[in-house]
Amino acid sequence: MSRREKTWWWIAGVLILLYCLFPIAWIISLSFKGAADIANQQFLPTEATTENYSTILTGSASDLFLPALRNSFGICLIATFISCILAMFAAYAIARLDFPGKKLILSAALAVAIFPVISIVTPLFNLWREIGLYDTWLGLIIPYLSLTLPISIWTMSAFFREIPWEMEQAAQVDGATTWQAFRKVIVPLAAPGVFTTAIIAFFIAWNDFAYGISLTSTSRARPVPAALGLFSGASQFVDPTGAIAAAAVVVTIPVVLLVLLFQRRIVAGLTNGAVKG
Amino acid sequence: MLAGPAFVVMMLVTAYPILQAVWYSLFNYRLTDPENRSFVGLGNYLVILTDSLWWQAVAVTVLITVVTVVVELVLGFALALVMSKALQAIRPILRAAILIPYAVITVVSAFSWQFAFNITTGFVNSWLSWLPGIGADTDWFGGKWTSLLVICLAEIWKTTPFISLLLLAGLAQVPDVLQEAAQVDGATWWQRMWRVTIPNMKAAIMVALLFRSLDAFRIFDSIFVMTAGANGTESVSFLAYRQTISRVEIGMGSAVSVLLFLCVVLIAFSFIKGFKVDLSQARGEG
Repeated sequence: MSRREKTWWWIAGVLILLYCLFPIAWIISLSFKGAADIANQQFLPTEATTENYSTILTGSASDLFLPALRNSFGICLIATFISCILAMFAAYAIARLDFPGKKLILSAALAVAIFPVISIVTPLFNLWREIGLYDTWLGLIIPYLSLTLPISIWTMSAFFREIPWEMEQAAQVDGATTWQAFRKVIVPLAAPGVFTTAIIAFFIAWNDFAYGISLTSTSRARPVPAALGLFSGASQFVDPTGAIAAAAVVVTIPVVLLVLLFQRRIVAGLTNGAVKG
Repeated sequence: MLAGPAFVVMMLVTAYPILQAVWYSLFNYRLTDPENRSFVGLGNYLVILTDSLWWQAVAVTVLITVVTVVVELVLGFALALVMSKALQAIRPILRAAILIPYAVITVVSAFSWQFAFNITTGFVNSWLSWLPGIGADTDWFGGKWTSLLVICLAEIWKTTPFISLLLLAGLAQVPDVLQEAAQVDGATWWQRMWRVTIPNMKAAIMVALLFRSLDAFRIFDSIFVMTAGANGTESVSFLAYRQTISRVEIGMGSAVSVLLFLCVVLIAFSFIKGFKVDLSQARGEG
């Protein structure tokens, strides 16, 4: 590759970096602006301050933000866990067994994945009120499964299909018990796929907004995105922009950490199920 | 039977609610006025389909879907090309960076773009003041078209990386031999792109297109955050939300939800039949 060509690829790379990071840089910069700076119409604050962070973590907005953060973590982790367990059984069956309903399950997962969330919200809103699930953790965990389960089944069965299952028999021939063969051979082979699926499912649950605002009414179960969307400041005279920006940065930290730590796996998981021939 | 529980749960959380919605949609039922609940048959649908509000929401949703998906496809393809050719040294950095818009929650992205263009908090007006027609008092969220423009920009930013990853995986499927053969035969870069690369990754393109179109058609989060449906920027999802949750018109909201569901089914169906997207083949089931 010539020197000139190399320079061009570098420029293209830097442009992509700018594209990806610019809006994030902006919201971070905004979160460090003080009350006087918010409307300075500049990208950077004239003087960086952490007052927005103290507002949401210890100050007047903390009783809105902290419970929401706890709800988000709790609900998303539980929903991710349940959908991974269910998907594990389903993916195992799809990858290893030949049964007539196989295609049906994969098509059903696909159909659920394209389902418009709002169409489920309407009936659930009424139903949850009647049976007392409105504004509870369980009332969000159940609909979250409609978001996380289909993608978990797809991603995990794509991973499981590539596991060399003959190894299990090979281990048994070598004298391992069924349990040993499963634990020592299959679990280590399957673990990366399960783990990647869990990350992707967590992203999707973490991103939910429509269920969050529609099926909750107080900080009992309201997750962060919904709290952010409905947050209007401590009083109507205080501009909530800075506090929202700071809260936005805080909820972005976990996903950015996951991306930085597991980028290779996430890319494999996202594309593996989709296009591998 | 191992797959049974997953299947049952999926049906419980989708098929059951949509049937329930169909049932609710046949009633005139407002939560604040439960005594007057009455059966109206298809009356709600009639009201919606003859109301300009519905058709405006449909028009806005279709517009956003078409604009974002087309731009994302072109931009995503360019990103995928750069990623596939990028030097080894920067590839991991690019890959991590490109995942960030995908992983950031939609609400945060919507706020970021909203604050950037906002008349009091934004920097965009002062940065773009050299352009004719843009000044410190340009109110992007004051009109329908400028609001839609910003909404589209935010959507495109957030979802292009996903498309580009799918296309990147598709690019990797194009056999190098074909590329080299075409090059030996004297094909230009452009010819190779149109005659070799793109036809060979048709499946990947179609899958990306289908998923993004359906996803874009459900747009809700960004509109809620950025305009709350003001100035005629209401999408179909937002209309359903407003009917059900804000106005507690369960019957009417359910009818809009059912119509939205039918639209999505129609799009998926026409993609799969019209463009012959073979999902099972594309998904490695063939």
